[in-house]
Amino acid sequence: MKKKNKAAGGLGQLLIPLVALGILIVFNLFRDIGFFSIVMRVNNSGNIVLTGNLVSIIDSASELAIIAMGMTLVTAACGGQDISVGAVGAISGAVFVKVLQGMGGITPTSVIVGFLLCCLATILFKLFNGTLVAVFRIQPMIATLILYSCARSIAYWINGDATPQLNSPIISSIGMTIPGIPIPTPIFAVILVGLLLFLIFRFTSLGIYTQSVGINEGAARLNGINPTKIKLISFILLGVCVSVAALIGVCRLGQLNHKTLLVDIEMDAILAVAIGGNSLGGGRFKIIGSVLGAYIIQMLTTTLYAMNVAPVNVKAYKAIVIIIIVVAGSPVVKSFLTNLWRRLRAPSAPGGPRKEGVS
Amino acid sequence: MEDGIVLTMRGICKDFPGVKALNHVDFTLRKGEIHALMGENGAGKSTLIKVLTGVYEKDAGSIEIEGCPGEAHIHSPQQAQNIGISTVYQEITLCPNLTVAENMFIGRTSDRLVHWKDYEKRATEILDNLGIPARAKQELSRCSLAVQQMVAIARAVDMNCKVLILDEPTSSLDDKEVAMLFQLMRDLRDRGVGIIFVTHFLEQVYEVSDRITVLRNGELVGEYAVKDLPQVELVAKMIGKSLDDLAELEQFQKGKRAQDEVVYEAEKLSSSECRPFDFSIRKGEVNGFTGLLGSGRSESVRAIFGADQVTGGKVKINGKAVRITNPHEAMKNGVGYLPEDRKRDGIIADLSVRENIILALQTIRGMNHPIPRAKAEAFADEYIKALDIKTASQDTPIKSLSGGNQQKVILARWLLTHPQYLILDEPTRGIDVGTKLEIQKLVLKLAEEGMSITFISSEIEEMLRTCSRLIVMRDRNIVGELTGDELTQVQVMKTIAGGEE
Amino acid sequence: MSGNNGNNRLRAREPLTDTQLLMYISIGIFVVMYAAAALTLKGGFLKPQMIFDLLNDNAALIIISCALTIVMIGGGINISVGGVIGLTVMSCALFLNNNHIESSALSILVTLLLALGIGLGFGVLQGFLVAHLEIQPFIVTLAGMFLARGLTTILSVNPVKVAHKGFLELVKTKLKISWLGYTAQNGNLIPAKIEIGALVAVAVVILMFLLLRYTRLGRSIYAVGGNRQSALMLGINVKRTVFWSYVISGLLSGLAGFVFLMHKPAGNASVAMRSEMDAIAASIIGGTLLTGGVGNVIGTFFGAMILATIQKIIALSPLNASWWQEMASGAMLSFFILLQSLVLMRKNRSKRKTKEKAAPKAAEEKPSGAGGGTA
Repeated sequence: MKKKNKAAGGLGQLLIPLVALGILIVFNLFRDIGFFSIVMRVNNSGNIVLTGNLVSIIDSASELAIIAMGMTLVTAACGGQDISVGAVGAISGAVFVKVLQGMGGITPTSVIVGFLLCCLATILFKLFNGTLVAVFRIQPMIATLILYSCARSIAYWINGDATPQLNSPIISSIGMTIPGIPIPTPIFAVILVGLLLFLIFRFTSLGIYTQSVGINEGAARLNGINPTKIKLISFILLGVCVSVAALIGVCRLGQLNHKTLLVDIEMDAILAVAIGGNSLGGGRFKIIGSVLGAYIIQMLTTTLYAMNVAPVNVKAYKAIVIIIIVVAGSPVVKSFLTNLWRRLRAPSAPGGPRKEGVS
Repeated sequence: MEDGIVLTMRGICKDFPGVKALNHVDFTLRKGEIHALMGENGAGKSTLIKVLTGVYEKDAGSIEIEGCPGEAHIHSPQQAQNIGISTVYQEITLCPNLTVAENMFIGRTSDRLVHWKDYEKRATEILDNLGIPARAKQELSRCSLAVQQMVAIARAVDMNCKVLILDEPTSSLDDKEVAMLFQLMRDLRDRGVGIIFVTHFLEQVYEVSDRITVLRNGELVGEYAVKDLPQVELVAKMIGKSLDDLAELEQFQKGKRAQDEVVYEAEKLSSSECRPFDFSIRKGEVNGFTGLLGSGRSESVRAIFGADQVTGGKVKINGKAVRITNPHEAMKNGVGYLPEDRKRDGIIADLSVRENIILALQTIRGMNHPIPRAKAEAFADEYIKALDIKTASQDTPIKSLSGGNQQKVILARWLLTHPQYLILDEPTRGIDVGTKLEIQKLVLKLAEEGMSITFISSEIEEMLRTCSRLIVMRDRNIVGELTGDELTQVQVMKTIAGGEE
Repeated sequence: MSGNNGNNRLRAREPLTDTQLLMYISIGIFVVMYAAAALTLKGGFLKPQMIFDLLNDNAALIIISCALTIVMIGGGINISVGGVIGLTVMSCALFLNNNHIESSALSILVTLLLALGIGLGFGVLQGFLVAHLEIQPFIVTLAGMFLARGLTTILSVNPVKVAHKGFLELVKTKLKISWLGYTAQNGNLIPAKIEIGALVAVAVVILMFLLLRYTRLGRSIYAVGGNRQSALMLGINVKRTVFWSYVISGLLSGLAGFVFLMHKPAGNASVAMRSEMDAIAASIIGGTLLTGGVGNVIGTFFGAMILATIQKIIALSPLNASWWQEMASGAMLSFFILLQSLVLMRKNRSKRKTKEKAAPKAAEEKPSGAGGGTA
């Protein structure tokens, strides 16, 4: 009985995203069953890789999924969103490329050093955001508005106007596939980041701390939690996520363009968090929900492309589907459906008397 | 409708998932009476009020109001207002960012424009009339809580209501303000307003009420005239058992004896909110801080716990000098603190009962040593049982529990850390009589087992019953310390008032 | 009113509210900044025309900033304003070029109605979703932005230039004030020019100020933003209030689109791109808090003017590069945000101190008290 309750409670939040994903899959099944075909093919660089819409959905949603994970944490701890992730991602990319250029070539060492330095730089910028939020108590959206509006200029300043090309098997094996492995590398990156976060939550009590701070900061402090520290940690983790996403973004294209790298991803990431059933007001969260949300958004986009919708017009259709999803998940509709369900069930099974507190 | 009756509620039922909050409850209010609605927390008082004011929709039953032919259908607070039902809630339900005058008039007219001068003039008249120390143009957030409460009452009074509901209006007022409010209530009664008075303070019920309706577990126990119902019987009807428990408590008191070992000692401790003070407590001692609202009693214990910014002083625990500048350091040194405002500072509303129970222990262990799930479940089970916390399961969010049960969860949170010194700031506020007694007994039992406890309460009787030493505060200074034979109500009040002989 | 009952309490000056304090700061900074620019850069900043240029160029921004201020005071947010401008500009441009209405005035009027209609449509839809279905406003208006941008490109991917003669006449129509003008080098007197859009923007600011200050709806918006639950208890129809705040916001966005077209008569998929963030910045600099309940359109007006002035200064200074402009705006924004945060923090602290001082006095007044509830 207890176990069952738990499962149902856990599913509650994920119900809407799962149903949405299910509907998208069923819709595509009826539309064109070939949408799901996956074949082994030889790609441009001569590797044998899995190709097909499903693979490309999961592959191209990687940056979004990774950033959505970090965004979930910041949302939960601070009760607001970081809208500068895309712009700061451009800085990460610029730093990464700058280091590669500075070390005189693309070698495994330079890539690792480059990534570590870009990680460091991103974390520093995120700590700037975090300090405004945690110490100066500025609303996250306002605090990150600053970098949102000027981070791409900083990226430009770091790297100049050029769009440097990175031609190297190392870069393509990060951004595309590693020779001999048919699965695109970004998918592993998602799994890796997910695993990292899972381990952090498994072996520390960051989860309950973050939720406590997000729900009731004052009470959390009186229970010995340092809210400033928790908020800063959430921004640091988001920084790691952003730098990984930026690395993939740069390597995928084999070039750096500070204007387009991870552009507009902040909106999609926030959307992924919300579609995943997380409250944008902070508190309770499920990272897996946000990841699901990211894949739903990408699947939607890919489906629309497959239906010959022009890329520039995708936004309009996407908006309609998003509205449908959030309406289905809205508290009003939810409680209406719950009531309906209870009324339908009531005559057949009169619920046993359960004791519960009344306020 | 009968003559002289202003409100009739018949057969009201309201179900929440898994709970019958109201089960065929009747309620009658006559013109020009003060009618106390009594019951433990969870008895259904709040639910009944919320049904009457349109916050909840009733599942069954009928409501009739004088002047409204037929059955009244109330779907929103606004509708309730329109047919003459005004409410003043326990929590201030005014907008802090608006002026006093606006708070008194907003939402009342169908006029599309705001006549500021008019509002301010009328508000000033009303405020002067009722002797409320507020200015019409003042931003509400700049008034004290008590004044905000009175503004809310002034608003309701000005609405020419037939039914005035006062839901725990006195919990943030001091005696003088309470007296003023009672005067106001009597005036209104004489003008023919029916007043429903919800409170936990028994003495206040006997001071102003004419009639009492008692609810228990969502059912009507009965309606009585005040003079026919002695206080003891009222309590018995509310909690459904006799008052032998009180006697039991006296027994505890007699056996109580503090040991000599000093557990906590502070010298010239001060914080951003309180002036320097000296304080110490011995092992197994129960002491109390008392004084008027705002006298600094809560601020002092917050300084001990490091909840406010500590600005100076020396602290010793078990004779060893320690530094306590934030709650975490206090907790690591075995100090626990149950805050005054449970909703604001105590509960983490959306977290489950289990998570709320283990939270403090978890932070003492540190971030890198999470409590394993199985162990957490065992802890939660243990304390849910030990303190008789009524909850559907340990996964239930704490916000869906009743006030008393929430308080027990917070108490469980601190007991789980096994503190050597526990500070309880108003642990019994807004809690039903039965739970109050349970908590008092628990305090004495813990002291018996060697825990040092500071117990703060607005009810002096309660403190006299539990504490062996009372520290009296006035104007943010300690003005006296009472022990032994000095612990009488008269002596405490004299010290608080400070009439120097 | 203060004199009529000899009561000192009424005469006493009330301390500044948060709204007023933040507004005065932004007005002060605008004046200082403008004066500094006039002293160091001289040139255009010494002429009144500069102020009018700032207004002319930023009329649409001022209007959508007001649109944002209103929803932000009510505790919401609307990031679809830029998208709605883009859609309105594109639809109006296409309509002007393709309609067959004989009378030029009538077709302009219909265009204006079209612009307002689009704004109204977005306002009603978003208002319904936020107020009645209780969906998070950020997500609703984000979807609104996507929808507006998507529809814009569905209408036309290519830029559309307005060819309608009557409308181009309207674009050229300017209010000329000669005594505020200046004498050019060749001796001609050049009068100060104000575009219709700028006048509309100023009118919107005044109207919105009156709406927020003197109507029931306006005060209800403050109440809902201050404390939603309390507002409900005070008998305010919270849902209707929230709904109307979004409707007004949508209408203003549509109007802003029309004003934009009057300034630059061409539609383009990237019109007013990211202007929602500028509008949010303007509101914040003007003293509106994202938490709701605090704010003022007069402050917002000056917030928008501060942003416009920064832009102008950078454009006229030797650092004429778009990335310099972005960095400078970013730096200014952080400066303002920090300043506000510090001011509010300090004010709260001083409030606490006065409370502490007042407390003993209050206690002395009631000597006969004991703990509440015991008799």
